[in-house]
Amino acid sequence: MPMDEGLRSELSKQGIFTTQLSDLYNWGRKNSVWPLQFGLACCAIEMIATTMARYDLARFGAEVFRPSPRQADLMIVAGTVTKKMAPQVVRLYNQMPEPKYVIAMGACAISGGPFKQGYNVLKGIDRFIPVDVHIPGCPPRPEALIHAFMTLQNKIDAQKLTGPGRPRHLDPDAPSEFPVPQFGEHDLVPPNNPALWQAPKLVRTE
Amino acid sequence: METLEQIKASLETSVPGVKLEIIPNESPSGQRSLLVDNAHGVAVAKFLRDDPQLRLDYCSNVTGVDWLDTVLKEKVKAKQLVEGVEKEVEQQIETKRAGYLEAVYHLYSMALKHGPVIIRLRTENRSDKNHLPSLTPVWRGAEFQEREIFDLYGVIFDGHPDLRRILMWDGYVDHPMRKDYVEPDDYDYEPTPHDEVLEKVKQRQPAEAKP
Repeated sequence: MPMDEGLRSELSKQGIFTTQLSDLYNWGRKNSVWPLQFGLACCAIEMIATTMARYDLARFGAEVFRPSPRQADLMIVAGTVTKKMAPQVVRLYNQMPEPKYVIAMGACAISGGPFKQGYNVLKGIDRFIPVDVHIPGCPPRPEALIHAFMTLQNKIDAQKLTGPGRPRHLDPDAPSEFPVPQFGEHDLVPPNNPALWQAPKLVRTE
Repeated sequence: METLEQIKASLETSVPGVKLEIIPNESPSGQRSLLVDNAHGVAVAKFLRDDPQLRLDYCSNVTGVDWLDTVLKEKVKAKQLVEGVEKEVEQQIETKRAGYLEAVYHLYSMALKHGPVIIRLRTENRSDKNHLPSLTPVWRGAEFQEREIFDLYGVIFDGHPDLRRILMWDGYVDHPMRKDYVEPDDYDYEPTPHDEVLEKVKQRQPAEAKP
């Protein structure tokens, strides 16, 4: 039951702070998202710049880049995902504990980008793991990554803890791990995870 | 540095039985290269590295090239009797050339500060006779680049110490840089197709009528 905003405002003027459990819980979660120290290509350089003094991602509680997936909450897929690397990316994601989030950073990570038709380039990491925020750009500027991070914080903040649409870690039926693709003779097997990604229907008129 | 003709001449005297051919280059660079027969590839490489005049101790680059079967067209001027009068007539001669795979080595000398000398090795064909001598025992730096050519073009380098795929995974069977490589058909989502991709998308999904 949400509290009346007017009443809350009045109370806070009197020095009484009121909140809800879900607000407190999400406030804690969104301000301490530890990213995985993980970069794949040139976008990783922008990611590093974002964490350094000029852009200072620490203002958002995400300065602690963890070198182990077991201590990380956020995977920033920064760069081109080759087909040879894709199983390792999925494996790293599977090893992260819930709650976990993914930002696909840059044109390559969201679609294959300039290398889309390359023989060894995956056409977007969202074919294998669920992506929360996509950032376009080649590479995106640090401001864009900060914007993506704020978008993710807003997304976490808006999550309800019960009912449909609750976070995956509070839903025992939601999968936490996703199948790791195998190396095939010509391509990854399967080439995408159909439970997660299906080609959006395009209507071509011409 | 010696000219390519001088290098060819000194190679022919010191490596007996070698077959060499100077490949012209008509591009603005005019950088000519030396085609070496496979049987004497390693001997030629050793000579180029150890000769005191050349000392090509640095192999800067190894490239693979895929040449498909082609028909070469050449225009030749010939004299012909036309209605009793001798005239110059242009004739076109077509010669079929079987395809082959090629490895191109760019050699420099760090000691004498000259280069490049470019040598080429060609396989007999593109399918079963795709062996070349490895020059890794002569220039250690060629190791990864020969592996890359093996991976992407399917050239087998005899004498290579560790011939494995380097970019693609083990178990992969194609050679993606070959000109007849058929890529997996994953054109199921192309929001902005153009050119070749557009053709593939059209095959997969015929256009619907305009609403």
